[in-house]
Amino acid sequence: MKHITRVFFSLFLLVVILASPLKASEKPLLRWGGDTEGGVPYMFYDPFNMDRLIGYEVEIMDAIADYLGMKAKFVQNGWDNLIPGLERHLYDVTIDGLEITPEHKEVVNFSIPYYSTFLQLAVRKGTKNIETLEDCKGKVVGTLKQSYAYFTLVEAGIQDIRTYEDEINAFNDLENGRLDATLFDDPIAVYYAGFNPEIVFVGPPVGRMDYGIAVRKEDKELLSKINEAIVYLRDSGKLREIYDRWNLWSPMMAEMFQDFSPRNVEASMFNYWAEHQKPEITWEKRINRYTSFLPILGKAALVTIKVSIAAMVLAILLGLILAMTKIFGPTFFSRIAIAYIEAIRGTPVLIQLFFIFYGLPNIGIKLSPFVAGVLGLGLNYAAYEAENYRAGLLSVPRQQMEGALALGMTRWQALKHVVLPQAVRVALPPVTNDFISLLKDSSLVSVITMVDLTKAYGQLATTYYDYFGTGIIVAVIYFLLGLPFVRLARWTEKKMAVAVKGGKTQKNSNSFVGKKPGSY
Amino acid sequence: MTRAAEPLIHVENLCKSFEDGEVLNGISIDIKEGDLVSIIGPSGCGKSTFLRCLNCLEYIDSGTITIAGVTVSRTGKEKNLNKKFLEACHLMRQEVGMVFQSFNLFPHKTVLENVMLAPMVVKKASEEEARETALRLLEKVGLSEHIHKYPATLSGGQTQRGAIARALAMNPKVMLYDEPTSALDPELVGEVLQVMKDLDAEGMTQIIVTHHMRFARNASDYIVFMDGGEIVELADGDILFESPQNKRTKDFLRHLTEDVA
Repeated sequence: MKHITRVFFSLFLLVVILASPLKASEKPLLRWGGDTEGGVPYMFYDPFNMDRLIGYEVEIMDAIADYLGMKAKFVQNGWDNLIPGLERHLYDVTIDGLEITPEHKEVVNFSIPYYSTFLQLAVRKGTKNIETLEDCKGKVVGTLKQSYAYFTLVEAGIQDIRTYEDEINAFNDLENGRLDATLFDDPIAVYYAGFNPEIVFVGPPVGRMDYGIAVRKEDKELLSKINEAIVYLRDSGKLREIYDRWNLWSPMMAEMFQDFSPRNVEASMFNYWAEHQKPEITWEKRINRYTSFLPILGKAALVTIKVSIAAMVLAILLGLILAMTKIFGPTFFSRIAIAYIEAIRGTPVLIQLFFIFYGLPNIGIKLSPFVAGVLGLGLNYAAYEAENYRAGLLSVPRQQMEGALALGMTRWQALKHVVLPQAVRVALPPVTNDFISLLKDSSLVSVITMVDLTKAYGQLATTYYDYFGTGIIVAVIYFLLGLPFVRLARWTEKKMAVAVKGGKTQKNSNSFVGKKPGSY
Repeated sequence: MTRAAEPLIHVENLCKSFEDGEVLNGISIDIKEGDLVSIIGPSGCGKSTFLRCLNCLEYIDSGTITIAGVTVSRTGKEKNLNKKFLEACHLMRQEVGMVFQSFNLFPHKTVLENVMLAPMVVKKASEEEARETALRLLEKVGLSEHIHKYPATLSGGQTQRGAIARALAMNPKVMLYDEPTSALDPELVGEVLQVMKDLDAEGMTQIIVTHHMRFARNASDYIVFMDGGEIVELADGDILFESPQNKRTKDFLRHLTEDVA
């Protein structure tokens, strides 16, 4: 028992040390938040070199930081949570095709628009009767959730709207017939569907949306510096150059920037992406591609492992305390432990994670994503481990406790040397099983900005249009990570059985259940 | 019977009740050092509870118990168990060894580890010291060949002898046995009783709650007959069995012989 605790504790320390970041940079950092999942052409990892972050907004942020004498640093966060993450000081600004809307402006300030675009309707090749938004009434239309396009569809009176997290899935569903049409920001439509021969764009541009950089309300000075930088980049032609390279210049942009000159920079980045979209892909290329995933998936797997192990150590120790308090503690503390276990088991772990990461800062508790993730999962699983321990403790016949007390041990000594070691033997297999569940539940930390295996899967799959092959690889990695614990569970079960097999402790007729003898 | 001026065990007016009624109803008895005392009586008479009170596994409601100079006492007016009382209980348990009917040894430890555990944990004995004592005691109860076995692989008789060795390792002044042979196959009873006889010869004070009448009669210095939470009769084995004074004792013994016949 003592050894196990010690090993776990040192593992825990090791994980904490590994997780603490080391920083070294002379220029002040301009930390900006965005989501690389489904991020083409805004921000995404270069399909030909997965270590390199590219995208027209990446170039804009680099240019702005450069103008301000700062160094741009990207911080990953889910698109839905970009603004909560800003308020939580995860980064200084956020940019990711965020539309300047009255609702958004209530919570954050926006820079002057750096890009304007419209919505593009797309249908399957051969569709005859859909040409405008009006024609979509009575049809099934897909778009991103909570986006300008979504609200436009609602306003147009479309009844059947399907919302997606990733654009790629929407276009897939359009292609295979689940959707009749899609409505997306023009850059997304061009980059994700423009190369697909099965999909065609129809109708005139719909609506108008202005992208702005979001800044916290109180950071007035930063906002004016960013505006100054955008004006400079616009007037010096640097922004135009970026848009040309990414093939994002449009009549609407010409109007906005009052720049009607012809293109003088090649659409190099657009062509670079187009290169990647060529459908014929050999097995050799595919294998090379998957090999190139491994470092990224390896890094992400490490995050998954670190979070899972640290959370499990917390769950095991706290769970033990909870179980002991529930069974042996004074009534008052016992009730608290029961309330904790019931409350935690009765609410979703996702809500708990959101609450810890985005909610607690409201009362002044700011935790790093790693600590918040470990706490969220650890506090949650502690409740389940407590119940496992309780089952273990109740399976030990009460005569074992009496026997130890009769030998002159104190209650605590009896628990430590006699009851707990036996309880742990019963509890270990379910505890090990829970660890395998936790390993999988750790995918939830992607909602609090961490890039774990699941998040990496989303990033890779949306970049390569390949949920299938990538999915199999990621599933295999999860399986391999869990495998040692499956083996451990079997091994412990076998080892523990040696001492108890055919013994008297397995009979439950004389166990603690329902009675607490006076000597406890 | 002659009694020493200073009995090793002094019990006075001991009362104990559970939720469903009174179990011990004013027990008083003195037991001197070196005595082997058997307690008999019908089931539910309180004999096991009395034994458990002597080891503070059940806390008494009122009365006084003194064993080897340690006194546990309550007036019956206290609402809660106070700290002083609990400390006295803990001290008393260290003077008293106990063997139960079943579930005796710790199943996750070997026989040797079972015997070594309490001296190391409670008395902070060194491992060598504890091992030396344990080996000596295990030899005494005839388990030298089985010291590295786990309890699950032992016979019932071996388990009970191991339990006796484990209790002796704490060097108790008194040994209590709560029906130590009731769960055993008949052919294994003898080996356990023999250990108790050997201990008696060495001068150990022992109290045995038992249904084993022949052992009670032959080995005990005297027998206590309990019924309805009281000590009904206390007498030498032969006297009690052949000419019981009390009607309840007579009824009990008559039923017993009828059962046997």
